[in-house]
Amino acid sequence: MNSSALSPRDVIVIGSGPAGLTAAIYAARANLSPLVIEGEPSSTSDQPGGQLMLTSEIENFPGFVEGLAGPELMSNMRAQATRFGAEFLTTKVTRVDFSSRPLRVWAPDPSTGEEVEHQSRAVIVSTGARSLMLGLPAEERLLSRGVSTCATCDGFFFRGQDIAVIGGGDSALEEALFLTKFGETVTIVHRRKELRASKIMQDRAFKNPKIRFVWDSVVTDIAGGSKVEGLHLRNVVTGEESFLPVTGVFVAIGHAPNTDLFVGQLDMDAAGYLVTAPDSTTTNVPGVFACGDVQDHTYRQAITAAGSGCMASIDAERWLEAALTD
Amino acid sequence: MAQHELTLTDQTFDEEIKAATDPVLVDFWAEWCGPCKMIAPVLKEIAADQDGKLLIGKVNIDENLDLARRFEVMSIPTLILFKDGEPQTRIIGAKGKGQLLQELHPYL
Repeated sequence: MNSSALSPRDVIVIGSGPAGLTAAIYAARANLSPLVIEGEPSSTSDQPGGQLMLTSEIENFPGFVEGLAGPELMSNMRAQATRFGAEFLTTKVTRVDFSSRPLRVWAPDPSTGEEVEHQSRAVIVSTGARSLMLGLPAEERLLSRGVSTCATCDGFFFRGQDIAVIGGGDSALEEALFLTKFGETVTIVHRRKELRASKIMQDRAFKNPKIRFVWDSVVTDIAGGSKVEGLHLRNVVTGEESFLPVTGVFVAIGHAPNTDLFVGQLDMDAAGYLVTAPDSTTTNVPGVFACGDVQDHTYRQAITAAGSGCMASIDAERWLEAALTD
Repeated sequence: MAQHELTLTDQTFDEEIKAATDPVLVDFWAEWCGPCKMIAPVLKEIAADQDGKLLIGKVNIDENLDLARRFEVMSIPTLILFKDGEPQTRIIGAKGKGQLLQELHPYL
């Protein structure tokens, strides 16, 4: 048995994006010796550091005049949490039990793979959100064979080729702009006639000579046996079908919260986002706090996630104090 | 741990893979690839755990584009396990140690 199973800790943080790491920094500075169960390596956003690990350039995080790379920001935040005594486990939580005290969290030991139980008085949930995929059978077959979830990882392989980006939000435009460094053309396929993305990103995309737009269109199939050869598109207004020859496809159509772990234990809304009390990070379970994208479908920014991570840590600290004096 | 690691290039790849008596797990990576950086220490650990019976071969794809093309690498990290000079299995994308071991186990 792992020693952390024997005596409950004050705080366990599940997840290590800007929300979880900010919570860890604050909790560590409050002498709560947080344990951060940070996730494990992957090529999707489900990895230590979260969605920003797949973001090439962050220009709107205050304090960085020239911007910085997502992985750099996350490794700084992690180092900052470590400096104040936060502990990290590079593994993924497999189940939780919030029905009794202390709260319990299970995760495989990073080296042996054996499941270890961790106990804590308070838990901060910051498991974030993941990118949605198109859900086409061809998508899975062609994943990493032209279909990519990581422009910063895979853009390089599409040098001089024609690329499609699916989606119309900030992340779609960011990927598209990044991919213009490599691709001959980058075509943004969007189901509506207008973009959701911020004005500054739209301006950049419209000005970029390599970027083209296909409006009002959805992907009905991805063509190709062992490599992507193109996209079958349908115009949702006219019903017209067309074929877009591309060798790379990057999907950025939105997000879903990572809340499967908490079904039946924490209150969620219809879309699966955790429900927190107004102006607070408290969930329906006393001692369990939620912060970042896992409970926010409105703002979903690095800075708002970090802000709510700070709130969660302060909420947890006050709750622990009150629980002790009760 | 350094002895478990080979740096392979367009020029040296065939010779080194042929000469290796132990399996070589070739890691196609690049400096700008975050997930590649994350699994690098995991690969070192796996090699160390195998007690010298597994080598890690590093291919920097920026410097060795021919190899990346030859093995049709379109996403990194890509890992290809070579045994007796022949590719045995391919793993695409970063994964945790447990998952990697599970996928490599039948070949080790």
